[in-house]
Amino acid sequence: MTTKRAVDITVKVNGKEHFAAVEPRLLLVHFIREHLALTGTHIGCDTTNCGACTVLLDGRAVKSCTLFTVQADGRELRTIEGVGNSSALHPLQEGFKEKHGLQCGFCTPGMIMSACALLEKKPHPTEEDIRWGISGNLCRCTGYQNIVKAVQYAAEKMSASASQA
Amino acid sequence: MIPKAFDYCRPKTLPEAISLLQQHGDAAKILSGGESLIPMMKMRLAQPEYLIDINQISGLEYIKEEDGYLKIGALTREADLEASDLIRSKYPLILDTAFSIADPQVRNLATVGGNLAHGDPANDHPATMLALNAEVVATGPNGERSIPIKEFFVSLFTTALQPNEILTEIRIPAPPAKSGGAYFKLERKVGDFATVGVAAQVAVDAKGVCQQAGIGLTNAGGTPIKAEKAEEFLRGKPLDDGNISQAASLAADDAHPSSDLRGPAEYKISMVRELTKRALTKAVNRASQER
Ligand SMILES: Cc1cc2nc3c(=O)[nH]c(=O)nc-3n(C[C@H](O)[C@H](O)[C@H](O)COP(=O)(O)OP(=O)(O)OC[C@H]3O[C@@H](n4cnc5c(N)ncnc54)[C@H](O)[C@@H]3O)c2cc1C
Ligand code: FES
Ligand code: FES
Repeated sequence: MTTKRAVDITVKVNGKEHFAAVEPRLLLVHFIREHLALTGTHIGCDTTNCGACTVLLDGRAVKSCTLFTVQADGRELRTIEGVGNSSALHPLQEGFKEKHGLQCGFCTPGMIMSACALLEKKPHPTEEDIRWGISGNLCRCTGYQNIVKAVQYAAEKMSASASQA
Repeated sequence: MIPKAFDYCRPKTLPEAISLLQQHGDAAKILSGGESLIPMMKMRLAQPEYLIDINQISGLEYIKEEDGYLKIGALTREADLEASDLIRSKYPLILDTAFSIADPQVRNLATVGGNLAHGDPANDHPATMLALNAEVVATGPNGERSIPIKEFFVSLFTTALQPNEILTEIRIPAPPAKSGGAYFKLERKVGDFATVGVAAQVAVDAKGVCQQAGIGLTNAGGTPIKAEKAEEFLRGKPLDDGNISQAASLAADDAHPSSDLRGPAEYKISMVRELTKRALTKAVNRASQER
């Protein structure tokens, strides 16, 4: 078998530039988890169905199990680690906590990334908008009711603080 | 799941991409949104030696009206169709279709060109483009050629594109006044591929008589199907319930689905009949509300 060329890439992840030489077939989710050690992005189905691997690529939600790392060259990524941290929770993270939007938590990072993209486009979503916005994310535990409430909580909190600013 | 190793090329221009295709022939594959190709590579159903990523080629993402056509650049994403004012205001059939595909994450990447070039009868745009009598523009070493959509789908996963050609544009003849369309898709859950789907586009005159009718069927056979007997039947007739029912039966006659996890063939044929009725009825309503 002929050896395949590694490709040099530059990618900005949560505001920080990373340089790497990667095999073209390396999936973005493996790069994020194994090379960058950002394990908040999960692998659920590995078949583009569950949304646990959702990250933002130039602000748009995508499933990182269905993208090669080389495709992110020169672009900007945001993962759950770039959303907030335990001392400063993002309103979405706070919403999931307050409204019991998670049980096992496996789907949660992906849910939050999808919700993040939704709220950027639609700061005042209807329930229908929220359900549509997370329709690419599966949750096996909660039945979605409290996830919807968590996103509503965040939308209210974010628009309240935006109107104060 | 790890795909077989490959070399990655990212041409900046169309001629560069075409010369890579000429150089590598069957060993190369075009990468657009990757939402069909990457899953197939992960399952090793596709094992290209070279992946030619065309996403850096500028000028392939647009939605515009020009020279009597709606022109859609091959790299236009489903999410761009959803957000387009032009599509929202004038092309309800295309909007219905974009919304029915996969989920928000997939729609952010998946392209209209890839949806057609994949040649999958389970994809939704083929039926819609058949109903709209679209043309597919292929660009190769000798320049552009236009392929009528009716001749585009050759067999399962095989289109009229040559190995050295790239699908660059989809052209849809501008619909006349009083036109309308609708897409109905039966799916097990949101984002699923169609059990079956029906795209309908009609144009009516002031008296409600059908001037043009286009009907396309999703996942009702080995290739996307144009229900030509039903289209022919409707032309020149009033679009009343009786004629719509009869057209729906003719469309069902053209469906040759196979039985699978999504249901037995007989059920799918009945669903084609029912969805054709619904799609035509909604298309007629939308057409009569126009201008
Ligand atoms: C979970 C999931 C659900 C989905 N559900 C649906 C659905 O409900 N309905 C639906 O219609 N689709 C569905 N899809 C498919 C999705 O819409 C695909 O992405 C689309 O069909 C292909 O577009 P792409 O840009 O991703 O193409 P790619 O995956 O990049 O390419 C597909 C094929 O076309 C070729 N190709 C791509 N672009 C060109 C071009 N410009 N010129 C020549 N050849 C080209 C490639 O070489 C490849 O063989 C789903 C996909 C997933 C992962
Ligand atoms: S792991 Fe990517 S969608 Fe499930
Ligand atoms: S909380 Fe367990 S999968 Fe969603």
